[in-house]
Amino acid sequence: MTSTTAAAPTPVAKSAGHAAGRPARGVRRKWTEHGLVFIAPFFLVYAMFLIWPLISGLGMSLTSENITGSGGEFVGLDNYAEAVRDPEVWSSLWNTVWFTVLSTVPLVVVGLVLALLAHQLQVVQWLWRLSWFAPFLLPSGVVCLLFLNMILPSDFGLADQMLAAVGLTPEIGWLTDERYAMLSIVATTVWWTVGFNFLLYLAALQAIPAHLYEAAELDGAGAWNRLLHITLPMLRRTTGLVVVLQVLASLKIFDQVYIMTGGGPDESTRPILQYVYQQGFTGYRIGYASAVSYIFFALILTVSLVQPLLSRRRAEEAAK
Amino acid sequence: MQPPLLSRRRALAGGAGALAAAGALGPLSGCAAPATAAGPGQTVLRYWHLFGGGDGVNMQGMLDDFRAGHPDIALEASTLQWGAPYYTKLGMAGAGGRAPEVAALHLARLAGFAPGRLLDPFDLDLLAEHGVREEDFPPDIWRRGQMGGKQYAVPLDTHPFVLYYQTEICEKAGLMSGGRLKPISGADEFADALRTAKKATGQPGLVTETLGPDCITPWRLFSSFYAQTGGTVLSADGKRLALDDAKALRVLEYLARLVEEGLMVRRVDYAGSIGVFNGGKTAFHLNGEWEISTFKTTGLPFSMTRIPALFGTAATQADCHAFVLPHRKDRGGATNEAAHTLVAWMLKHSVAWAEGGHVPAYLPVLDDPAYLALKPQSEYRTVIDDVALDEPAWFAGSASRLWIELGAVFSGVLTGSRSPRNALTEAKARLRKLLDTRNPLPGASS
Repeated sequence: MTSTTAAAPTPVAKSAGHAAGRPARGVRRKWTEHGLVFIAPFFLVYAMFLIWPLISGLGMSLTSENITGSGGEFVGLDNYAEAVRDPEVWSSLWNTVWFTVLSTVPLVVVGLVLALLAHQLQVVQWLWRLSWFAPFLLPSGVVCLLFLNMILPSDFGLADQMLAAVGLTPEIGWLTDERYAMLSIVATTVWWTVGFNFLLYLAALQAIPAHLYEAAELDGAGAWNRLLHITLPMLRRTTGLVVVLQVLASLKIFDQVYIMTGGGPDESTRPILQYVYQQGFTGYRIGYASAVSYIFFALILTVSLVQPLLSRRRAEEAAK
Repeated sequence: MQPPLLSRRRALAGGAGALAAAGALGPLSGCAAPATAAGPGQTVLRYWHLFGGGDGVNMQGMLDDFRAGHPDIALEASTLQWGAPYYTKLGMAGAGGRAPEVAALHLARLAGFAPGRLLDPFDLDLLAEHGVREEDFPPDIWRRGQMGGKQYAVPLDTHPFVLYYQTEICEKAGLMSGGRLKPISGADEFADALRTAKKATGQPGLVTETLGPDCITPWRLFSSFYAQTGGTVLSADGKRLALDDAKALRVLEYLARLVEEGLMVRRVDYAGSIGVFNGGKTAFHLNGEWEISTFKTTGLPFSMTRIPALFGTAATQADCHAFVLPHRKDRGGATNEAAHTLVAWMLKHSVAWAEGGHVPAYLPVLDDPAYLALKPQSEYRTVIDDVALDEPAWFAGSASRLWIELGAVFSGVLTGSRSPRNALTEAKARLRKLLDTRNPLPGASS
């Protein structure tokens, strides 16, 4: 940006000379002012619905506020101290992290594999793109009820029927057995959201210049080597992005668990957000629920700050 | 002091009225509560409740009858989602002082509902004018509606945990005599009955919800049998832990034994348990009496009885639906009178409500020939004297923290993920934590 905003406008001829279509400085300055007007509504909404709740939530976490919004007293860090000692905070935090670990790996890998397949299959490509992305368009409630009522019920569900078709009748309590409930929720989530990662990967694949492959082929590189030495390295940035977005999305798990298991059996799938919900809305303790939320917020913030730092360091090392 | 403003609700209602008059809302009127627009001289009475399913049908029928007999009252009834969402909404409405004139509430939740701040007391003289008096109710249940000497809740019914039985299977297994289940007394006799039933069908003899979203049946099971031992979970004032280890363990170990021996279905959610019993696979089903409509609709050969006394007395877990007056800044006048009119009318006509399985709390109805003719509903009416409601604590009652948390813990005993001793330790830890937590909605009278 120009530092001398009051400077006389640069002659139009000169600016038009060095870069066609690029606005002159004076024009650009005007645009900045107009820009402020244009972003003001967004910024207002952002301030009202994000910045203000963040601040007021932090304030609330220091009080004994209840759900009716009255009668809260300042309690200092009591809520935080209680949360740190609360075994249910830790168990539901662990469930959240475990879900993130279990879901991120298949969501990234399956997304990549599907993108590679769709990129290769030039025939009716729109069909693959559509069918792999379509589930992502469904609301979470629809997806969960679909799995809850049609695919995962014991005996008559699609999952059990398919196993029965190949001669297996294991009678698995997909959502009712501690050993399988979390895995079933992971499977549902993968089916539902993998389309998003697939789309990011597909776009990145299409951006890899074809001449790289041509050169490699001339040098006698086979399909496997091309994948390993051209495709995957060229996708590194996308992978970084996909992993961060996926980790953040998975940490925020709530809908699927709330609808499909309610956190059960025996709270084995209850994520931290559901515990916040239970404390706040069933137990009326908004102050305490806010404190637990802020502990969780700190975790998410750490993940989203540490990951770019790590990837930058990796990129610097690679550049050396 | 703030000057009175044109309330948002009124402004919207006015706008909607104008639109409706223009016919613009025509296609939407089917979704709105009936009789939304009060005619000239009519008193608007808003009523919130949480009755869906068969209960919802019965409630709608009663409300329609009430409307027909009270042309001067424009009744607007809203059915809201059962459980935590309902109580959240009702609490917030009361906090704002703009709640509906009358609402339903589970009696065991009263202590946590800040009587005096979120609820207004009933005018007992006004109720008496409509013929409803204290002596018309079981004393214990009536008293549970009181806080600080005022009546904040008027009970409509008791809905206990009961024993459903499949008459054909029980007949085949020789458990019946004279068209009824032979009396069962004691834990061993009940286990024997389940074994006999298992022999007849090859399936576990008993099914009840053991897991799933918002799973609270394991808590109800424990609460019923534990109450039979004479133990209480909390002290009478709801302030201290009173759980008796030996008695609680006896109950939990018995329940664990039933599933281990294959006498009870181990892993089944609420809907699944209804399906299994309805499919004629098991002889017995433990649940609240409200599922009566489901089984009547499907034509299952079944009957119901009180839960047998397995551990001493024949107590059983229950809660009561009650009417309350959510807090309104401007409570009084014609709308308040209309609210009392509705409550009294519903009590006196609760035979229709009893069709859904509930035992009316208004005693004169219990002797009504129309009620006595309801079978099997009137078979278990004596239970009203032996019900165990949660002790009055802010975290207790239907869909409360207590039910959801202990439901999850005891679910582990039934599914085999927790030993009875581990469950007891965990239950006590959670109860202590709840007791240590200050009531987030302290009322004027608690």
